[in-house]
Amino acid sequence: MSAVIGLFASIGRLLIGALAELGRLAIFAWKAISHSVRPPYYPGRILEQLLLLGWLSLPVVGMTAIFSGAALAQQIYTAGSRFNATSTVPAVVVLGMVRELGPVLVGLMVAGRVSSAMAAEIGTMRVTEQLDALTTLRTDPFRYLIAPRIIAGLIAVPLLVLIANAIGIFGGYFTAVYKLDFNAAGYLNTTRQFLTATDLQMALVKSGFFGFFIALMGCYHGFKAKGGAAGVGRATTDAVVSAFILILLSNMIITLVAFG
Amino acid sequence: MMADHKIVLEGVAKTFGDNCVLDGINLEIERGESMAIIGQSGSGKSVTLKCILGLVKPDRGSIRIDGQDVVGLRGRDLEKMRAKFGMLFQGSALFDSLPIWRNVTFALTQGKARDATNMRKIAAENLERVGLSSKILDLRPSELSGGMQKRVALARAIAPRPEIIFFDEPTTGLDPIRADVINDLIVSLVEDLGVTALTITHDMASARKIAHRVAMLYQGKIIWRGPRDRLYDSGNPYVDQFVQGRAEGPIR
Repeated sequence: MSAVIGLFASIGRLLIGALAELGRLAIFAWKAISHSVRPPYYPGRILEQLLLLGWLSLPVVGMTAIFSGAALAQQIYTAGSRFNATSTVPAVVVLGMVRELGPVLVGLMVAGRVSSAMAAEIGTMRVTEQLDALTTLRTDPFRYLIAPRIIAGLIAVPLLVLIANAIGIFGGYFTAVYKLDFNAAGYLNTTRQFLTATDLQMALVKSGFFGFFIALMGCYHGFKAKGGAAGVGRATTDAVVSAFILILLSNMIITLVAFG
Repeated sequence: MMADHKIVLEGVAKTFGDNCVLDGINLEIERGESMAIIGQSGSGKSVTLKCILGLVKPDRGSIRIDGQDVVGLRGRDLEKMRAKFGMLFQGSALFDSLPIWRNVTFALTQGKARDATNMRKIAAENLERVGLSSKILDLRPSELSGGMQKRVALARAIAPRPEIIFFDEPTTGLDPIRADVINDLIVSLVEDLGVTALTITHDMASARKIAHRVAMLYQGKIIWRGPRDRLYDSGNPYVDQFVQGRAEGPIR
């Protein structure tokens, strides 16, 4: 009997713990958003974050896109040739890249680069009391540290995704034209026909969410870091893993809702 | 009589989880007085400071500054209250992404890069006050030694001319000579600027030098308070054991 009660108790504790964590995250997210939309802003800090998050992510995002686009075209060709449907290559590349692969791959790459860096930096500031120092110097850490990162995430990730989409489509084109003997002009024409405004909207909506989650997870886990260097290490790992999960989960939800 | 109390704590209690850190603290600090709280590591000294600063919200009790209850203050009132304080953190807590001059003037600029010429001048003045040359204005905190970082942090705390300064273990991690330099600086700053000071420390030499009065915190309560001259002659076995640093005694 007591074993059963013990089992229920531990399930209950887990559930309560998870709900409490969710509540803390929701409060944090709300504070982050409300400080991001109200002045005063820190334009210098926003620019700094745009540089770190956006500009410096370009090389890795570009490489990810071109490699994935090129591989994608080959696989679609392989699958398509079984049904005599190899002509679908440009259409499927453009849809797959713009709606799914572009946003998700960019989201994951940027999360790996940036959520970790944010968690490490803010976490170090937490364990060395720099966050408390900010507060005692009458500067709200949400305004000074978190809002610029959220704003930069919301601006930079959609831009990165647009760039990645273009590069990814070019990667597909490269494979199709130089390896699979597609007609260059025809390939581009089909691509243009199949690329609709809805696809781009979809990419932008997704990447807006991803940018928010990337910055939010980096800041949240950094903010609640404790216990010295090991604590900062844990915060960094948690930030990346939770950003990954949130990106993949929200991607699935948006895709299923938009096409459901 | 009440008029001269700068800070009054009444029955301040704080529990983290199952751990009762503060169990009803009563403490009055006079205007212009330098008070030290001594006690073991983990006895709740830092939490006391954080409660007064509004970084931690006490579960019970009242904290009055200049007669105003500050527990649960929000928004502009909280800002106004915090403007009275300067704080020297144990590890200095300098912003390592900013040069020294922007660290020192942070309370004035709130981290915005504005009015650089004037701010550099103010930074140089405050650095001079703590015995540092303006040559270090453009260095980063990581390029300084621990003792110098502490002094820069002191300059940052006094730059906005606060009415109250908190010193969290000001001499921890410094050699005895550098520690005494910091002690002298604190004494002269408290005198020159006429501030009210609250120091938490377990360095007895430091407590005796910088404080007018000393209080001892043990198991979440103030168990003794008195003038610094009585510290070694308190008649309290807990205080005796602590100031003499004996492993044997009532404190386990």
